Amino acid sequence: MHDTILEMRGITKTFPGVKALDNVSLKVRRGEIHALCGENGAGKSTLMKVLSGVYHHGSYDGEIRFEDRPMAFGGIVDSEREGIIIIHQELALVPLLSIAENIFLGNELAERGVVDWPATYSRTGELLKRVGLSEHPSTLIEKLGVGKQQLVEIAKALSKEVKLLILDEPTAALQENDSAKLLDLLLEFKAQGISSILISHKLNEVSRVADSITVIRDGTSVSTLDCHKQAISEADIIRDMVGRDMAHRYPKRTPAIGEALLEVSGWNVWHPESAERQVIHDIGLKVAAGEVVGIAGLMGSGRTELAMSLFGRSYGRNISGTVRLRGREVDLSTVKKAVDNGIAYVTEDRKELGLILDETILRNTTLANLGGVSEHGVIDDTQERRVAEEYREALNIRTPSVFQKVVNLSGGNQQKVVLSKWLYAQPEVLILDEPTRGIDVGAKFEIYSIINQLADQGKGVVMISSEMPELLGMCDRIYVMNEGSFAGELAGHEASQEKIMAMIVNA
Amino acid sequence: MQQAKTSIETSVDEQPTGPSIKAYLAGHLRDYGMLAALVVIMLLFQVLTDGTLMRPVNLTNLFLQNSYIIIMAIGMLLVIVAGHIDLSVGSVVGFIGALAAVMMVNWHMSPWLVVPICLVCGLLIGAAQGYWVAYWKIPSFIVTLAGMLVFRGLTLALLEGQSVGPFPGGFQLLSTGFVPDLFSDERPNITAILLGVLAAGAIVLLAARSRARSLKFGINDEPFAFFVAKNGLVAAAIIYIAYLLSTYRGLPNVLITMAVLIAVYTFLTNRSTIGRRIYALGGNEKAAKLSGINTERLTFLTFANMGMLAALAGLIFAARLNTATPKAGFAFELDVIAAVFIGGASMSGGVGKVIGAVVGALIMGVMNNGMSILGIGIDWQQVIKGLVLLAAVIFDVYNKTKQR
Repeated sequence: MHDTILEMRGITKTFPGVKALDNVSLKVRRGEIHALCGENGAGKSTLMKVLSGVYHHGSYDGEIRFEDRPMAFGGIVDSEREGIIIIHQELALVPLLSIAENIFLGNELAERGVVDWPATYSRTGELLKRVGLSEHPSTLIEKLGVGKQQLVEIAKALSKEVKLLILDEPTAALQENDSAKLLDLLLEFKAQGISSILISHKLNEVSRVADSITVIRDGTSVSTLDCHKQAISEADIIRDMVGRDMAHRYPKRTPAIGEALLEVSGWNVWHPESAERQVIHDIGLKVAAGEVVGIAGLMGSGRTELAMSLFGRSYGRNISGTVRLRGREVDLSTVKKAVDNGIAYVTEDRKELGLILDETILRNTTLANLGGVSEHGVIDDTQERRVAEEYREALNIRTPSVFQKVVNLSGGNQQKVVLSKWLYAQPEVLILDEPTRGIDVGAKFEIYSIINQLADQGKGVVMISSEMPELLGMCDRIYVMNEGSFAGELAGHEASQEKIMAMIVNA
Repeated sequence: MQQAKTSIETSVDEQPTGPSIKAYLAGHLRDYGMLAALVVIMLLFQVLTDGTLMRPVNLTNLFLQNSYIIIMAIGMLLVIVAGHIDLSVGSVVGFIGALAAVMMVNWHMSPWLVVPICLVCGLLIGAAQGYWVAYWKIPSFIVTLAGMLVFRGLTLALLEGQSVGPFPGGFQLLSTGFVPDLFSDERPNITAILLGVLAAGAIVLLAARSRARSLKFGINDEPFAFFVAKNGLVAAAIIYIAYLLSTYRGLPNVLITMAVLIAVYTFLTNRSTIGRRIYALGGNEKAAKLSGINTERLTFLTFANMGMLAALAGLIFAARLNTATPKAGFAFELDVIAAVFIGGASMSGGVGKVIGAVVGALIMGVMNNGMSILGIGIDWQQVIKGLVLLAAVIFDVYNKTKQR
């Protein structure tokens, strides 16, 4: 049973000036779940692009054998024909089309150009059942949450007679329960004989489902671990990924909690479009100087909405409630007022909301505080350059120059640029929304260290995160949020994943 | 020598081989490509027209004919960088011309009063359109398409379908006037040459200062020889053009107006916080807003500014024809928008330079002029202009994909 379905041997791929992959090998056995781990920029996605034919045969060196035949894919169509299907991190669904239309997009059940709708719907129904999604095939994609959209993508893969399913960070945007469901589905496919490659940063998931793990570091395959022959700990994987032992995933900090900084009380927010829907119910929140406060909760519990409504009323309407800074009531009704009062909000979605991707690191860094580098509305180049260099150094942004466009940076470095921007705005209170989403272990550790430094400097930090271990590792206090209100509050030392989940469930 | 030495020292850590002219040009093809295209096109027509193109009288005409397009291209650049478009400018040119004619010819008002009134009127027109775009989030394409119809209609209404003119003599100086020679009445015009030399000197001085600054940061990648060659050529071209103009009637007033506007808006886009914010707004509006930038007000202001510049263009155009016609400014918006895109601006916003838009407008202008001299019909002129616009944008996109 355990024969090899895919073998990639000696894959080398060079871009002008960079060797992205250097003699990488990957061997996937039939019917296994093979995890691919590595830091951002290690070469995982490049390897998968080679495999799926995005980089066509001839543009790389090395050999791909699939089902014991050599493969030379000229494009993604060729690899799909063989049954190799990749589901990218950014989902490729058309929001205004139905589930059925999306699943058969480009592959319509049609005769001479006329679509057979009854067949399409009934086939879709079967596929949805296989992935455990109870939605009608005519439902529009935009009505579905990210978790369900992921399932539609998988159903789409199943519609194409998949033999090898590749999932690139499938759970990055998912809540724990959705992630668990997705992983169960993978296990089910495995039982049906479908092999899969799982790319993930979430090592607890990897160790839960993977049969073997290949770790890639700096464009070379470092090790392949067989999970059935030896007991693999997360620490083992991390060591291979970063090339050193990471004894502590969360840097230590001795909290020195001072006076109350930010106090929010009676905060109510209504949905921006449907006026009768209340999104945030009567929330009270306190952050003291030097304190890191976490907000835990499921996706859709209103965490981001709370943060954005506080930050210059960037979300919602009919907002009511009071905000005090150091005991004095303040007006945060526009972003500018919020910034001037010393509030910073690092958005969850750095590409959409945090950065001007086509601009340089320098210009992004000073954007929220242009007043600091200008006089009478004229920008002082020297001063601006000095500021950008200072933050590049302080936050260890890895780049040849601050004149690099941020679009060319890795996720972790991009996040550091967003942090630079907000640190230069000199805030008292920072609200960090999913500050480590989609970035690798090494960069995460650096971000955590920065958060600790901020707390040590006496700033107040509010940290919103879907990764509970991160909240438990970092926070002095955790609010548990559910359906727009706080279900409870736990001190950092007494909190645990079980207690948080219990609060959410019992709310 | 001193400078060449520093450039080698500072480039050691990043580029061990030092900047070579070839590598530098390859990296900045987008920046210089259009300028080179302008030079090539000018040389081409200079040869094809047996030297007519660069004759002082034709050169003077070239500036007079294109001044209003260039002035509007500057405003349009800001609008496009902010991620919008303004289709109404051609109609605003017509409307303001008509308004000026009615006030001066029919009501006998003084040009000194009419000009400011018209500029304010243009500002208000731009503001009115910008209001809907900025605060009501109505797509600019639709708002300004409406504006295009409304102001074309109002032009017809104001003029009652007739041409109104001629204007009082003073008003015509706005367009067809020349800077008087302070030194003699003989040709060549000494003032023109002197101003040309001054402008060339200022440009070289500013370039040297900015080079010194980037050398200090160690971010300079421009080879010294290239720097000398580039600025030498630019300075020589300016002085040569000034000389050519001086042998005819001197510097046209509009040329001065244009030069001042180009200088002011280049500074605004490169060095001011407002300029920086407009680029940020066009690059990513949501991120700009969440960085505390008042994106609505900025959008509003770019449209108001566009309206004012369109009004100025309208006055210049009317003064040049010495009459206001219902057809004035017809399809100008297309030339203006084409100029901005030929000059390298991006349809999605956030990218573009004032000087690029000016070069784009000059490319269009030289082609119009050259093809007219050659006697090419308006039909084929349109075809060729269309293809040049397409080619310029393809060149841009090709360069961008090659860089990635």
